[in-house]
Amino acid sequence: MDPRASQPAFIPGAAELLAEVEAAESLLDQRGPAGAAAPAGGEEADLLAHFEAVIAADAKIEPRDWVPAGYRESLIRQIAQHAHSEIVGMQPESNWITRAPSLKRKAILLAKVQDEAGHGLYLYSVAESLGANRESLLTALHDGKQKYLNFINYPTLTWGDVGALAWLTDGAAVVNQVPLCRSSYGPYARAMVRVCKEESFHHRQGFDLLWTLSQGSPAQHTMAQEAVNRWWGPALAMFGPPHRDSTHSEKSMAWRIKRFTNDELRQRFVDITVPQAEILGLTLPDPALAWNSERGHYDFTPPDYEELKRVVAGNGPCNRQRLARRRQAHEQGEWVRAAAAAHAAKHSREDAA
Amino acid sequence: MNEKAVAYVLRLGDDALVAAQRMAALATWAPQLEEDVALANIALDLLGQARALLTYAGELEGQGRDEDLLAYRRDEHEFTSALLVEQPDTDFAATMVKLLFFSAYQRLLYEELSAGDDETLAAIAAKSVKEVAYHLSHACAWTVRLGDGTEESKRRMQTAVDELWPYTHELFASDSVWRGYGFDPAGLRERWLGIVEPVLAEATLERPVDDWAPTGGRDGLHTEHFGYLVGEMQSLHRAHEGVSW
Ligand SMILES: [Fe+2]
Ligand SMILES: [Fe+2]
Ligand SMILES: [Fe+2]
Repeated sequence: MDPRASQPAFIPGAAELLAEVEAAESLLDQRGPAGAAAPAGGEEADLLAHFEAVIAADAKIEPRDWVPAGYRESLIRQIAQHAHSEIVGMQPESNWITRAPSLKRKAILLAKVQDEAGHGLYLYSVAESLGANRESLLTALHDGKQKYLNFINYPTLTWGDVGALAWLTDGAAVVNQVPLCRSSYGPYARAMVRVCKEESFHHRQGFDLLWTLSQGSPAQHTMAQEAVNRWWGPALAMFGPPHRDSTHSEKSMAWRIKRFTNDELRQRFVDITVPQAEILGLTLPDPALAWNSERGHYDFTPPDYEELKRVVAGNGPCNRQRLARRRQAHEQGEWVRAAAAAHAAKHSREDAA
Repeated sequence: MNEKAVAYVLRLGDDALVAAQRMAALATWAPQLEEDVALANIALDLLGQARALLTYAGELEGQGRDEDLLAYRRDEHEFTSALLVEQPDTDFAATMVKLLFFSAYQRLLYEELSAGDDETLAAIAAKSVKEVAYHLSHACAWTVRLGDGTEESKRRMQTAVDELWPYTHELFASDSVWRGYGFDPAGLRERWLGIVEPVLAEATLERPVDDWAPTGGRDGLHTEHFGYLVGEMQSLHRAHEGVSW
């Protein structure tokens, strides 16, 4: 029997987010590949004026354009962190591939992990268009100099965690990334359109997995509820520290790398997620959660920012494990990459001869 | 019920399932990100083949068993996959050599079955043959690159070839099930050698001598690795009786 036969087709909030992605996509299409190029060989002042005019017009910066060093650095930092999150994030997800309880769920989970690898590839290449290179970004990740998202440092203890991770953290990722589809940096905006569509699909599959568990046996329902209890905090914390404590926010907003504050995005995520939890028949672990008709938003308890600090500093439950595993995979692959390079070198010599 | 057809299709389905389970376990372990995408892609193809074949075997059997009952509720000795596909992925060389040997076999067998009388099986085979042709070209490219790469890669590849070669004989060992339905792969060994030997030669690897030829998988007698593979795959499913996922 198709386990999804009686699945609710409607997930409140999901369609609106996708519509925003599509609106951003059609704007990108209308604009064509790039705005006007900067005057070649111009003075720094002219170049800066051109850059600022492009930003002010809400047009796109393209790889050939001159940009201030700070803009480049901010973007590389943000895109690298995103790319690292994609590839390290494969670990908690893939933890259940071999044990997925049906072949269909196994296929869905495997396809999800494959998507994340694809997102990683895509994002590293966007960072490369800004002059970074993948190898050195990976080194920075392996040396602990660049970070990835906090939630990845939590364990997937049960099959329920696979669903809760996808529903809550892929869901939070979509809320975070929808505005990035309108980033001022063209290649990043285009990457985000594709990535958002796939993350939204992951979110839907997580919802579906949890829905099936929630409607299932008492043991399955408990599995789902306990996983949601574990993932709610890390998902809320994904939006980062409160705006007043956020180090990079102001500049990023001015450059239209970022468009909303951490707090605005977190609120949006809560507002979208509460009705979804109701449909799932699961509760969110926050006694203060309540509709506030004056604000037109849900009130909620902010995540534990001290915990977030500890996790970002490297002391979450799985930081060491995740990084060690990432390094181990990279080191194990060293002989393969070296052999591929050696083979290519031999053959380019032969071809030339 | 056509018992011969059930047993025949189960063998194909079990091969694909076990190969998929092994390949899927490599997610996040690939030597580079592009390869993580490629290996997941191959695992997804194999899993798709397994699902179609097991579903069909269940239909032929007519006892109400679907793909999941066949994958999750049979014991080790009821699986009739070849010993080759359950061999562990000790390194990337083992993964690629196993894929080379297995995909060359699958390509030849699916090609024959796609022209066979059983229309359902022919349709599954016709779709799958395109997938395994890609797996084969992927494995060939890596075999040549790694065989003719560095000293270390050559040593690792030769080790993998030597260790896995004996298990290829079972793929072509004829018996009453193979003779009783579809196409008997016994006749494919020569053509299989015609694919594999030139690749090994181009990779500057030695083709091992034919001596030890372990069998047993087709009768449900597996290697010690298999119990762990099946135990892990079935653990969650078996812990919950009569539920859907
Ligand atoms: Fe993501
Ligand atoms: Fe992703
Ligand atoms: Fe995702």
